Amino acid sequence: MTATVTRLPLPEPEAPPAPDVLSPAPDVAAEPPTPPTADKPGYILESLRRFAGAIVPPIVTIMMLLAVWQWLCADPTALFPSPLSIWEQSRELITDPFFNRGNLDMGLFWHVSTSLQRVAIGFAMAAGVGILVGVIVGANSLAHRAVDPLFQVLRTIPPLAWLPISLAILREAQPSALFVIFITSIWPIIINTAVGVRNLPPDYLNVGRVLQLNPLEMFTKIMLPAATPYIFTGLRIGVGMSWLAIIASEMLLGGVGIGFFIWDQYNASRIADIVVALAWVGGVGFLLDRFIALLGQFAARGAAAS
Amino acid sequence: MSAYLSIEQIDVTFTRGRTVSNVLRNVSLGVDRGDFVTVIGHSGCGKSTLLNVVAGLVEPATGAVIVDGVSVAGPGPDRAVVFQNHSLLPWLSVYENIRIAVDKVFAGKKTGKERHAWVLHNLELVQMIHAKDKRPNEISGGMKQRVGIARALAMEPKVLLLDEPFGALDALTRAHLQDAIAEIHQRLGTTIVMITHDVDEAVLLSDRIVMMTNGPSATIGEILTVPLARPRKRLDLAEDGAYHHCRHQVLEFLYARHASRAA
Ligand SMILES: Nc1ncnc2c1ncn2[C@@H]1O[C@H](COP(=O)(O)OP(=O)(O)O)[C@@H](O)[C@H]1O
Ligand SMILES: [Mg+2]
Repeated sequence: MTATVTRLPLPEPEAPPAPDVLSPAPDVAAEPPTPPTADKPGYILESLRRFAGAIVPPIVTIMMLLAVWQWLCADPTALFPSPLSIWEQSRELITDPFFNRGNLDMGLFWHVSTSLQRVAIGFAMAAGVGILVGVIVGANSLAHRAVDPLFQVLRTIPPLAWLPISLAILREAQPSALFVIFITSIWPIIINTAVGVRNLPPDYLNVGRVLQLNPLEMFTKIMLPAATPYIFTGLRIGVGMSWLAIIASEMLLGGVGIGFFIWDQYNASRIADIVVALAWVGGVGFLLDRFIALLGQFAARGAAAS
Repeated sequence: MSAYLSIEQIDVTFTRGRTVSNVLRNVSLGVDRGDFVTVIGHSGCGKSTLLNVVAGLVEPATGAVIVDGVSVAGPGPDRAVVFQNHSLLPWLSVYENIRIAVDKVFAGKKTGKERHAWVLHNLELVQMIHAKDKRPNEISGGMKQRVGIARALAMEPKVLLLDEPFGALDALTRAHLQDAIAEIHQRLGTTIVMITHDVDEAVLLSDRIVMMTNGPSATIGEILTVPLARPRKRLDLAEDGAYHHCRHQVLEFLYARHASRAA
């Protein structure tokens, strides 16, 4: 559950160097930049084919799994509902995520979006504080030695274990849920940011020193961008953990939210609804991870190995 | 006495844990304005350390570096460095890599428009305009060094410091870059201190070749003046007696009198 392994972005093997300008005359290398053959007629077909190649295998896998599942649980006395009986029992839940009859009787979209709002707030706080602390800890070797062991211990504490403490301190459900998200997702962010800053090539710092950058410029123009790939590794682990944390803590806290919905349906013995909710949880968790990864790609742009 | 760049009795020691190693001992060197000086010596003797002392990146135990009458205290853009491992910032484009330096050095002295033009001017100087929007990982090693040189030149340094800038390049690319730096030196009259381990490169480019003894406690063993007229043509030099004489003297220093123990 707390798989916060500090994944380091391995330095990519240097891209095969473009052929050097043989003659230093500028026109030799200044070929007109050809955009990826966007206007060729075969291009759309080709990208369609590639898209199908990526999307068809998982769909086939899911179909096969559903078939096996259906076959295993087809018996009406089975302990677990088959896909078809889930469809029958929970049709409204599946087909209409947006209904709202009040009193917690609402579509899954509303539950998920409430949970996501909590994640957004808690995770944003964790990201802001975590990156700042990570840079400070990473830039200062004494600070790093002093606090890193502590962080390594704290990061292994499972989200739910924080809940009693945060309830005792904050007393109310809503801030407690936010705090649990904050405290579970901040460690991987701090740790990875610190690793990124510590691994900063000394040459980059020397460039900054020759330019006489002040500490703030050093932070924003050299350290932060250089650590960006590491920071996003931490953010990705962190967002996954905060999604775990919110589901778990909502189960205990009650109210609107996908976590409590699952708990509520469990108490009402509506396994079919739980299965539908799990599909949502998995899907949203996957999208969160993709979203941060995409953001990271955009932010890092060329920041891999130079 | 009153050289443009004056290195005066530098001693450098590094302390690693309990081991104290004396890398440079009593190094003194004067470089006149507009001179092209190369420093040559076996690997690990302390060439980079010497350059870093001039850059202000390494503090000497004793001694001083004086540039244009001012004692060096810490790094600064008046002593721009081109590092061996292309130190372009990979998250910035070629243009931005120079712009960040120009913005910092000429803050308040040039308008935004002038700074933009100055970046382009320096890119043109190293014939890299065509790649100005590329990122460092999209261009070859030789191009990266061109951009590194452009960035250093854009700071209008009093002294340009180059630490084995072409060491990692193939022979053909290296020749092109040597020609480029020689032409820039000729055109701008920049004072240049360059480290190399390539004897031909040293003779081709320098006014004077500073030969260093082996470490620890390395120092300057000999200084050779290269009496070749500029511009120097690679092909003509092959048949030039003075060229071969210089080459021989450096080789003799490096491999007969101060042969590397490690090799
Ligand atoms: N920061 C440092 N700390 C300790 N020793 C160093 C440091 N930098 C360089 N040295 C040592 O100083 C010696 C000279 O290094 P360097 O100047 O890089 O040599 P060169 O550039 O001639 O190959 C080497 O033995 C190296 O191990
Ligand atoms: Mg060196």
